[in-house]
Amino acid sequence: MTLAVVADNIYKTYKKSDVPALDGVSMSIEQGKVYGLLGPNGAGKTTLIRVLATLLKPDSGTATVEGIDVVADPIGVRTRIGLGGQYAAVDEFLTGRENVVMVGRLYNLPMEEAQSRAAEVLERINLVGAADRPVSTYSGGMRRRLDLAASLVGRPDVLFLDEPTTGIDPRSRVDIWELIRELVSGGTTLLLTTQYLEEADFLADTIGVIDHGRLIAEGTSDSLKETIGGVVVQLGVEDAYCAGAIAAINNLTGSDPLHDEDRGLLVVPAKDGSRSLVEVVRAMDDASIPILEIELHKPTLDDVFLSITGHAAEPDRPTDGKQESEVAR
Amino acid sequence: MTTTAVKTTTTKSRVTPAHAFKDMWIITKRNLRRFIRMPQLLLVATVQPVMFLLLFNYVFGGAISLPGVPYIDFLLPGILVQTVMFGATNTATGLTEDLAAGVIDRFRSLPMARGAVLAGRTLADLLRSGAVNTLMIFVGYLIGFRPSGIPQLVLGLILALMFGYSMSWVFAAIGLLARTPEAAQSASFLLVFPFVFASSVFVPVQSMPGWLQVFAENQPVSVLATTVRGLTIGIEAMPSGKTIEGMIALSIAWIIGIFVVASPLSVNLYRRIFS
Repeated sequence: MTLAVVADNIYKTYKKSDVPALDGVSMSIEQGKVYGLLGPNGAGKTTLIRVLATLLKPDSGTATVEGIDVVADPIGVRTRIGLGGQYAAVDEFLTGRENVVMVGRLYNLPMEEAQSRAAEVLERINLVGAADRPVSTYSGGMRRRLDLAASLVGRPDVLFLDEPTTGIDPRSRVDIWELIRELVSGGTTLLLTTQYLEEADFLADTIGVIDHGRLIAEGTSDSLKETIGGVVVQLGVEDAYCAGAIAAINNLTGSDPLHDEDRGLLVVPAKDGSRSLVEVVRAMDDASIPILEIELHKPTLDDVFLSITGHAAEPDRPTDGKQESEVAR
Repeated sequence: MTTTAVKTTTTKSRVTPAHAFKDMWIITKRNLRRFIRMPQLLLVATVQPVMFLLLFNYVFGGAISLPGVPYIDFLLPGILVQTVMFGATNTATGLTEDLAAGVIDRFRSLPMARGAVLAGRTLADLLRSGAVNTLMIFVGYLIGFRPSGIPQLVLGLILALMFGYSMSWVFAAIGLLARTPEAAQSASFLLVFPFVFASSVFVPVQSMPGWLQVFAENQPVSVLATTVRGLTIGIEAMPSGKTIEGMIALSIAWIIGIFVVASPLSVNLYRRIFS
């Protein structure tokens, strides 16, 4: 097992802030694996990516990418990485192809290679039809895909994606997830930051939860779900039918559902997602129990934070988040 | 199962001068493309100085009497210097726009030469100022500007452009400090207006109050305007006691001095932009 990315006890406080953006973060990613860094705005996600991508020097701690120290040899690191993300850093006035070719040239690819490589990645992200149109005519989803193409043109060993789907509509989001999964299937190591638990769940082999510049939990999607409960079916029935419903569910799943008496809900783990929901509906139907309400509840970032920290994620906390958005503006 | 990082290397990778030059040129071409493809930018960049030239010539020209020299001959060398000053402010706004768009994040994550983004930006702004100033000379010719000779005019143009190039590095630093296009534009104009108007660009400094004359006569914009004027009109346009050779030397000293201070400062600010 080889580690492609190692961060060891990284501290960083921005000049204009008295709160550390990174407060002793250590993590590592195995070669070819996907690491999802999950946290609210201002938690330190972008700062960690900036340190690992050599944009920002840490105050203390060391980090290596493919064995190369990010502070001692930034150029060495930059030849091995690709960076993409939330700001969709593509040039409006260039065409999609010109954008990708330019980035390829800046990775020191010779012109012919930059051009053939650009054609290749544009094909892979399914943007060939629009490749010769100015980016100003692109939709938000197309820009994200072009941003991905630009981050891949240099054949990076390690890819950093900073909130690749923040601010785009849910349908395009799933398309981008599938695209990312396909793009890294060839063995690229990926560090992805996100505010969406679903996104980390869909893409990441390991999920790290970050808050106030500290890594507060780390594990596989499954182990994290064990902590927070995973997807559940919430079922509401009349009190008179409650015992019957519990029995029917025990019959279905082999164990009693949780009974949330405050809200009058039965909570059933939904291992198979919507199919579990259908099974519960059928079981109620078979037992002739009328359903008052039923929904599939997917755990959110708030659920993660609630179960790990005891407080909800605070997306607008004005600490280092202000610093990060200041640069992002 | 053992866990090891990939063998850690200690050698530092470097960018060769050839790569640095290639990177700079790629960024230059990118910035010029933006300019060429957004007609409104082209329009603003050319219409504004032409408007200045025409307004000053026809509105103030009659009120300003200069013995023996048509006002257009006095004005045009000043306009060339004014245009490169305004042109250089584009370095600040362009950089902050790239910063806001996240383009700088991407550039900084690429194995590029350290100064290539700034060098490419300033070179593109230089080439644009060259094009705009060529147009100014043409429009000036149409309304009566007659230089003493082509070589003198070309030398004056080159000096003005090199001055604009040095100032681009000053505005690069301003942009990197201001961070947002709005702040960069305000800060740039705060610098540009006193230097362009309290100068010999539009009028002889002799009409100004004494305390202002001291500044207006010796600040770099005036030095450049007076030098270009000396070249295109002749020695009679120079303030008494000044020679054309001496003014050229003084102009070159300003150009080099500003560049030597501003360029390392800007590169340093660029490297620390996210800290």
